[in-house]
Amino acid sequence: MTEATPQLAWPKLAWKGVTKRFEDRTVLDGLDLSVAPGKSLVIIGGSGQGKSVTIKTALGLMRPDAGRIELDGKDTVNISEHARRKLFSRVGVLFQGAALFDSLTIWENVAFRLINADGVPRKEAKDRAIEALEQVRLAPAVADRFPSELSGGMQKRAGLARAVVAQPEILFFDEPTTGLDPITAAAINELISDQVRRLGSTAVSITHDLASAQTIGDEIAMLHDGKIIWRGPAAELRMTDNAYVSQFVKGRAEGPIAHAV
Amino acid sequence: MTAAEAARQVAKHPIQARNPIQVLGRSALSAVRMVGGVGVFAVRGTIAALSPPWFFNQLLRQFVAIGFFSLPVVGLTAIFTGAALALNIYTGGGRFNAEQVMPQIVALGITRELGPVLAALMLAGRVSAAIAAEIGAMRATEQIDAMRTLSTDPFRYLVGPRLLAGVLMLPLLTVVADTIGVSGGWLVATRVLDFSSAVYIRNTVDFLQGWDILSGLIKAAVFGFIVALMGCYHGYNAKGGARGVGRATTHAVVSSAILIFASDYLLTTFFTHAAK
Repeated sequence: MTEATPQLAWPKLAWKGVTKRFEDRTVLDGLDLSVAPGKSLVIIGGSGQGKSVTIKTALGLMRPDAGRIELDGKDTVNISEHARRKLFSRVGVLFQGAALFDSLTIWENVAFRLINADGVPRKEAKDRAIEALEQVRLAPAVADRFPSELSGGMQKRAGLARAVVAQPEILFFDEPTTGLDPITAAAINELISDQVRRLGSTAVSITHDLASAQTIGDEIAMLHDGKIIWRGPAAELRMTDNAYVSQFVKGRAEGPIAHAV
Repeated sequence: MTAAEAARQVAKHPIQARNPIQVLGRSALSAVRMVGGVGVFAVRGTIAALSPPWFFNQLLRQFVAIGFFSLPVVGLTAIFTGAALALNIYTGGGRFNAEQVMPQIVALGITRELGPVLAALMLAGRVSAAIAAEIGAMRATEQIDAMRTLSTDPFRYLVGPRLLAGVLMLPLLTVVADTIGVSGGWLVATRVLDFSSAVYIRNTVDFLQGWDILSGLIKAAVFGFIVALMGCYHGYNAKGGARGVGRATTHAVVSSAILIFASDYLLTTFFTHAAK
């Protein structure tokens, strides 16, 4: 069932035997996964299979019960808060609901890290924020609006601008197209691919959306029962004879994946 | 089964916890966990409030939200309380011919007790609830996680400024409540009860001591900390979406009010013993 996971000499990011339990339920069961520098990996899988937990453990927003998570070969689990803040300066995240700060304008959201963590003067930070907004095809007029005044797609774009403004080495995308219409979703996918290519960053995304997965990913891995059960190039996703992947791709109720409803 | 496993089972299946000893044990464990959680949160928040980096924009925003926008509600509460207090003391004092000490008792009651306590209760209803709702909604929509990934400590950005604003603004609001509360008493005394304005003011000023006002302001600083802390704690630990945010708001107001009264008694006892 499980196809061999490529062992990279120097992965940018690696989960090594990561386990995470919630009460009596094991969500990640000794997860082994790695991403090569400059590559874009997309994790697919059904609801409740641990995709978000995988990203949250890598970000340090959730502590694994066992295992190691390494960035450039260095452990990121047992580190101080100060070290974690430094680590975050190398990371950009686009959250599922964009997670923009309601009380701040769009440019203040985009420039949040620059102003509050990097000490960039507000004037310069605003210029850089507007530049980042233009890169995700949002007009400068949007900069002074509040998140509640923007559509879902525009909020995702602003979230993407916030993720890339400090030119991070690693980008995480949590369900980037959830809740968007197909045209807006395609535009977001294209923007994500553009930005990842432009920055040369390593990217890790999670999604249910197979079109999104094939657009933004170099490789796709399928997570099921807390383990990676298939991994391969994005182009091979629809051609594999893996019964789990095949059922997921074809969206069939019958198959080895027990459906939740 | 170990004690820890038993406690986990009880927490997971509360419906089975019918045995009174289990119920008592569960409540005790939950109370200890919460007290410990609040204690750790208070220490982390205090460290964040008192050590750099400070977010001055946030601090200013909280000064305005907690201090300035609470002025109307605190002022209105104080004036009506001062007026009612004056009437009650005048009527009650009449039973033993003590009507003439009414200005002094109003001043003492307002500065030592009612000014800080009423201002704090108004703040608990207005500010603690707002803080819990705002931070709770930020938790529910992953804004707090987003803040961490943007290399910014939510304790320094969200909790510290609110604690500082609570501690510094409530004493200022209490000065306003004291002044307006005593003015409410003066208004009733001079308009309704035929007191001489000059005599009322002279009696109040001559009688009041610095400690009467200062002790009220010390209480106010403690109450301000409690109000902000409860709002932040319950909001930060909100779970379960909109329902969780609603629960956090209720808990913030109720726990603030109870802690205000409890600490009021403890501080008054301490001040009374210290004065002897």
